[in-house]
Amino acid sequence: MSTIGDAWDYLTTPESWVGANGMFGTSFDGSLRFQQDSIIALTIEHIYMSFAAVGIAAAVALPLGLWLGHVRRGGGVTTVISNVSRAMPTLALLTLFAASAIGFGNRAVIIAAAIFAFPPILTNTFTGMSGVDADVREAAFGQGMTRLQVALRVELPLALPLIAAGLRTSATQTVATVPLAALVAGGGLGVIINTGLATQRYGQVLAGGILVAAVCLGIDWVLGRVQRAVTPAPLRLTAAVAT
Amino acid sequence: MYGRGVDNPWLSLDYLQRSGDEVWEQFVIHATLTLEAVAIAAAIALPLAVLVRRSPRLSGPILGVTGVLYTVPSFALFALLAPFTGIGRTTVLIGLVAYALLVLVRNTVVGLQGVDPDIVDAARGQGYTRNRMLFAVELPNALPSILAGLRIATVSTVALVTVGVVVGYGGLGQLMFRGMQSNYRAQIATSSLLCLALALVLDLALVLLGWWLMPWQRGTRRRSRRARAAARTAEASA
Repeated sequence: MSTIGDAWDYLTTPESWVGANGMFGTSFDGSLRFQQDSIIALTIEHIYMSFAAVGIAAAVALPLGLWLGHVRRGGGVTTVISNVSRAMPTLALLTLFAASAIGFGNRAVIIAAAIFAFPPILTNTFTGMSGVDADVREAAFGQGMTRLQVALRVELPLALPLIAAGLRTSATQTVATVPLAALVAGGGLGVIINTGLATQRYGQVLAGGILVAAVCLGIDWVLGRVQRAVTPAPLRLTAAVAT
Repeated sequence: MYGRGVDNPWLSLDYLQRSGDEVWEQFVIHATLTLEAVAIAAAIALPLAVLVRRSPRLSGPILGVTGVLYTVPSFALFALLAPFTGIGRTTVLIGLVAYALLVLVRNTVVGLQGVDPDIVDAARGQGYTRNRMLFAVELPNALPSILAGLRIATVSTVALVTVGVVVGYGGLGQLMFRGMQSNYRAQIATSSLLCLALALVLDLALVLLGWWLMPWQRGTRRRSRRARAAARTAEASA
């Protein structure tokens, strides 16, 4: 029971939220540094890293998926990419990076997380675009629309539910991956768990687990609402079935 | 610890010769942990899926709880369990089972829902009881979907075992982590490759199992292409 008590104490001490030396500082090269003993600073860092990773992945995967889905080629390749990424442990990529020129820290973690954020967006964009009814496409072409118009004004809106689902899956998964950063000298909420384990403060470990789980569930819930909001009302029924 | 300018190859036979025993030991831990976790998860997931199918009232809670377990990161789950179940195998095993549950339950439910109503009707007309219907008609027809779920669960469990390093029981992840701490490239690369190989071998084994269990699926190419497209859609919407 003392573990739960310790966790409660950790979570109710104001200092664990705002840090012993404030939430932000400057690192040796003058850039902004998130203090690693403040829950609020670590949460912001966590969300920033996740956002960066999903942003990079989406910037590549969305256009690629739109194009491949529009020309309806490359289904095999997208499947292979998503299967290989499932088999590849995140820790393997992080440790491989650490021992290579990419190195340790947040930048390496963002790159690794972006690689894992990529497949769900690509697969879903491709599936959504290539799944559009051939008759609808035919009708659009018959009305004299150009390829670009068909892709962006006919196929894209119809593919939106699946694309949104892909972005949500990818973001949820990234938020769940970033805690591993703590193992390779990065930041984010995993630091609380890792520090707790290293110093055998299991109350802090438990509190860290609760915090990470809460952030992940919270972000998944928010993204679920966003996904619903961006899905056009007539497509909501199919979206509900798809997810 | 290797310094700069010292030969630090990514792949080295020397490493395997010197540490082969240790690598093999962790590989066996990794493989058995994966198989145990998937077997336990399947044993829990199948009855749950049947429950979801039979009683709409229970489907919400079951899918909700497995969904929450799936969303909570393994890293956090190990942290939540470690204070109570200690550091080591049990904690990792519970985490892996929790994570594999959702995929297995969902795929089994989808498989059961997808059984052709005409087939069920025909079986009922022949006087099949509810249980006989389940085991002789519904489950065999749901097998492709169940197997797809098993493949996804197995491959992701192999990858997930490595996160066990946070509680000191990560199989090959243990080697990756130590290799990183001592900047020993051969150790990291070897354990990463073995991890991928294990996932590939187990996946192939499941494909073969499916081929053996479902002779009726060995059919034409057109069918398999359609099945692939369906699998892609199912995966995208998961």
